[in-house]
Amino acid sequence: MSVTSSPSRIDELFERTRAESRAALVGYLPAGFPTKEQSIAAIEAMVAGGVDLVEVGLPYSDPVMDGPVIQAAADTALAQGTRIADVLDVVRASAAVAPTVVMTYWNPVERYGVDRFASALAEAGGSGLITPDLIPDEGAEWIAAAEAHGLDRIFLVAPSSTDERIAMTAEAASGFVYATAVMGVTGAREQTSSLAPELVARLRRTTDKPVGVGLGVSNGTQAKEVAAFADAVIVGSALVRCLLDAPDPQAGLAAIRDLAEDLRSGVER
Amino acid sequence: MTDTYAQPDATGHFGRFGGRFMPEALVAPLEELDRAWTEAKADPAFTAELDRMMREYANVPSPLYDATRFSEAAGARILLKREDLNHTGAHKIRNVIGQALLAKRIGKPRAIAETGAGQHGVASATACAYLDLECTVYMGEVDTERQALNVARMKMLGAEVVPVTSGSRTLKDAINEALRDWVASVDHTTYLFGTAAGPHPFPTMVRDLTRAIGDEARAQCLELIGGLPDVAVACVGGGSNAIGLFTGFVDDGDVRLVGVEAGGDGVETGRHAATISGGAVGVLHGARSFLLQDDEGQTMESHSISAGLDYPGVGPEHSYLAEIGRASYRPATDAQAMAAFDLLCKTEGIIPAIESAHALAGALELANELGPDATILVNLSGRGDKDVHTAAEYFGLLDGPVVLEEGVEE
Repeated sequence: MSVTSSPSRIDELFERTRAESRAALVGYLPAGFPTKEQSIAAIEAMVAGGVDLVEVGLPYSDPVMDGPVIQAAADTALAQGTRIADVLDVVRASAAVAPTVVMTYWNPVERYGVDRFASALAEAGGSGLITPDLIPDEGAEWIAAAEAHGLDRIFLVAPSSTDERIAMTAEAASGFVYATAVMGVTGAREQTSSLAPELVARLRRTTDKPVGVGLGVSNGTQAKEVAAFADAVIVGSALVRCLLDAPDPQAGLAAIRDLAEDLRSGVER
Repeated sequence: MTDTYAQPDATGHFGRFGGRFMPEALVAPLEELDRAWTEAKADPAFTAELDRMMREYANVPSPLYDATRFSEAAGARILLKREDLNHTGAHKIRNVIGQALLAKRIGKPRAIAETGAGQHGVASATACAYLDLECTVYMGEVDTERQALNVARMKMLGAEVVPVTSGSRTLKDAINEALRDWVASVDHTTYLFGTAAGPHPFPTMVRDLTRAIGDEARAQCLELIGGLPDVAVACVGGGSNAIGLFTGFVDDGDVRLVGVEAGGDGVETGRHAATISGGAVGVLHGARSFLLQDDEGQTMESHSISAGLDYPGVGPEHSYLAEIGRASYRPATDAQAMAAFDLLCKTEGIIPAIESAHALAGALELANELGPDATILVNLSGRGDKDVHTAAEYFGLLDGPVVLEEGVEE
């Protein structure tokens, strides 16, 4: 945690979950899928079900870190004409019910203007950015803008990261560090990763910042396994799948809420 | 120029371009690749083996050819660097043999590649057959339908071809899918990147592997004409053949470097692939460079009659050379390229790749600007066998109804 700034909404969340001796539940949904209004309703449903921190996905044409489920959702959102202004509307609605960050590939931020984006995100009540294709090595402009606007910068580490890179990335991150549990793209998996505990242990040796573990978690049992060693359990594709598979919007919202409740019971440990 | 050109910096930046905009999971593997390549190119045993393969297998050095009848028609002296005579029919074999030999050296038994029209895929399948690597090629579904012959060719060579159904189902999506494969397979798989783009070290490694085009051409010019050309011209999609040519001349300040981009229907129509002429700076596929994008940073689809130039990005070093003014970039439309294609066929008996025909179109324009005393070196980067169907359709040479435009039959 930065010594110069006051605790962020995310810092406060982790203080609370640590006091409750549980892991935080982080839920991802893309803005504009299946529509802007329904993406807001879906976020409200997952928060009602127990999600502590919302990741709003900014749909992008070339999502290299994402598997088929999130790609399909992003394609739909873009085909509907989802714009950054819409993403910010979703953030505004989400931030009214839970701390909210945006997960975005880098080019839309750079094109919008890094400082302008940071300013707009802060104004909408957003708490920070998760940047899957921006490593701290290339992140000087974003780090400066985040500091200027009081936003957290959540960088990723991976099982392939060297110890030096883990230390450097954890140092540059704020809010929490995002540990990708598997070598692969997003998507629900049958089993939790055997690589994740070791990666988190390597992080613990270099930082006391909270660690969130993502990629592949899809139910309460898996969430419980991950919550045993991580500060946050991050779920994405399994939530998006609820909307993709639903016969109608109401059923989708009910499925999201049920899944969030199941996941939440898992993170209670 | 008094300063020697020395790019990129240690972290793969060409000025403000290039770099490494990649998921963290791939950063350590990219660092490993960078180290392996730096060591390999300093190892005489590796370079001797690569040179031998190039000579005995790939048929390089390629000749320099004084194209007298084409020159007469152009109104200036045109020299052609005959990369079309290489094994597999283009400069791309230089890149893939080098990357595949590096894969052997670092013990990766499997290679993946992306391809648009199929030329890099065919070259990759060839190198993998030659060097006994398992090979998977990602190709946009739209392209597998347009280029069925190249799909068959890759399969004949033992490669698996995976049609990509995500996004726009073309080259950029094939790169996305190859990256998704790589992040999950990087412990045993190498990525044979097809052009001088992507995250560091690919732009530099691909340049190192293609720069013999320019080095050979420079020596051949000195021998043939007793001096250097006034201009060196190459087509630019991702930019591997152009960077290979330009690097040989970048310290020769008197030699103009001109890259010719795919102008499609014309840059002003929006239907083109002229990334530097008509794009804006951003980040795509791991590097900062010019790219075709909308006002919110979503990648836009490119358009060109040449599948090999039909890519919305460009290698970062070209963006840098454009920005510092060392090279200039101009578009040639489909119509200009096909006129130059026709002229080379009729005057020299050489059917060029449609990609290379863009460079010829640029040379014709330059000949007009510079006059009869000018000497223009053109990289004839590939041969046109793969383009016979496209060209025959364009010129109306096929029997039966010819589809000129979607939905319009004559």
